[in-house]
Amino acid sequence: MHPVTNVHYMVLSVALLLVGTIGVLTRRNIVIILMSIELILNAVNINLVAFSHHFGDVHGQVFAIFVIAVAAAETTVALGILIALFRNKETVLADEVDLLKW
Amino acid sequence: MPASLFPPYEDLLRILPEIVLTIAGTLVMVLEPALRPERKRLLGGIAIAGLLVALWGTAVANLFRGPAFHQMVVVDGFATFFRALVIVVGILAVLCSIHYLQRERPDSGEYYALVLFSVVGQSVMAAANELIMIFIGLEISSIATYVLAGYLRDDRRNNESAIKYFLLGSFATAFLLYGIAWIYGAAGTTNLVEIRRVLSTPELAPPRFLVGVSAALMFVGFAFKVSAAPFQVWAPDVYQGAPAPVTAFMSAGPKAAAFAIFLRVYMTAFEPISNRWEPVVWLSALATMFVGNFAALLQNNIKRLLAYSSIAHAGYVMVAVSAHSEIGTAAAMFYLAAYAFMNVGAFAVVTHFARQGEKYVDVDDLAGLGHRQPVTAALFSIFLLSLIGIPLTGGFFGKFYIFKAALEAKLYWLTVIGLLNSAVAAYYYLRILVVMYFHEPGEAAQTVSPVAPGVKIALWASAAGTLLLGIFPSVILDFADRSAALMK
Repeated sequence: MHPVTNVHYMVLSVALLLVGTIGVLTRRNIVIILMSIELILNAVNINLVAFSHHFGDVHGQVFAIFVIAVAAAETTVALGILIALFRNKETVLADEVDLLKW
Repeated sequence: MPASLFPPYEDLLRILPEIVLTIAGTLVMVLEPALRPERKRLLGGIAIAGLLVALWGTAVANLFRGPAFHQMVVVDGFATFFRALVIVVGILAVLCSIHYLQRERPDSGEYYALVLFSVVGQSVMAAANELIMIFIGLEISSIATYVLAGYLRDDRRNNESAIKYFLLGSFATAFLLYGIAWIYGAAGTTNLVEIRRVLSTPELAPPRFLVGVSAALMFVGFAFKVSAAPFQVWAPDVYQGAPAPVTAFMSAGPKAAAFAIFLRVYMTAFEPISNRWEPVVWLSALATMFVGNFAALLQNNIKRLLAYSSIAHAGYVMVAVSAHSEIGTAAAMFYLAAYAFMNVGAFAVVTHFARQGEKYVDVDDLAGLGHRQPVTAALFSIFLLSLIGIPLTGGFFGKFYIFKAALEAKLYWLTVIGLLNSAVAAYYYLRILVVMYFHEPGEAAQTVSPVAPGVKIALWASAAGTLLLGIFPSVILDFADRSAALMK
């Protein structure tokens, strides 16, 4: 009997999703928000690879590789935008970015 | 051992527009460092040439209809329609940008490469038949648009616009991905047609809870991308802060492409559970129309006003989606085309009028434009009347077909509320017209410069498109009607 089943992976993944979501919603520091978004993407990857293993189907693993690659590109762009913001405003706190509002 | 290492040439022809656009974008990036600042506008020419060739490529691809690359991509009328639409939006956006960039940031030309890559992503979305392709297309388009939103990196409004767009955008994409992972776990496939087959076969049907949650999570992602309530909060800030030509681009192109995948996923893969998602889309359509129209009443910044108006227009398209029929799909397609022309046109006027550093972006600044530049003001009036939905403009027939589809789907309340909302919307559009024609010219209108040639072409082309769709709607509508039956 295999001790680790799909359910275990899904529970781990949901836990990571929750940690990431709470992080995005409660943290002020944009760098930590970015890390939280990465956590959610890793939760997705765990799901994809677990399901892929379960079905014996390679699509999920290929998808996970694409997610990793795209996440890397996304982070690069995010840090670029953040550096531009920091040069003009000297802050990385989300609630101090408040020029545009009604 | 696969039969051949290389895909058959029909498959390559089916992705011709993407190939052409990628080559053009790469060419722009390679040439960019070699050109002196005063010659950077040449890159705009290359971008337009690339987009025109891609438009031809779309027509060629349309001759080879059918799935390609192991059902990853499918070329059908629906894909061709949206590919052509996003490419035309790209052309208009580049035309608006050339003069703007010369003025605001003459030393850089990678802007055009970013526009081209964003269009590549949208074009992939239009033809995607697979959740992996949908995700990749969405990200190619989004990442390029994030950069474009903050393109003038010394401007604080641009920085803020880009960071807000990025944070909320990638958060929503993460939810979309989570939904995709679950539907893959439930159905064992990422192909939309296969998912539909699994969901509609009772013996294979996965737990309804899993399917429901994944459809809901994917709805979050799509609703964000089309700026539908309750995920529309980002749109006003991002549209206001981004450079005006970029706002023109991202309020039309990415939104149309996002609706394309929204329609394709919910009308094929999730069609077997349509009784579950219809009420959700119905509620979202209702909330989107209300939020957009009523918040727009209070705005004084014209970019922000048009941002709320674009939320409201997404609400009308959501009405067509919740009709859940081929007529509804065709109506949504027609509306998105009409909306693209009138909205890009309106933002082209804003681009022209804002001037150095986007100084004049309040509604009151437009006072007296009707006397100073009667032609520009007349074209702007066409766009505004079309946004209201006055007959003889594309906006009228767009709304007409959407509410017709809604009535045929027995969505009486939604139709009534939608019509009332259009009446509310008339107020804030007419207010701009009144300021433009009946107020004394202020400082902004006195100093207005002649319209730059690129913007002029974009204005006339958008106006021609808006009127064409209003006078001969059947040109586009027949095509949309024939294409609304998606591959199932």
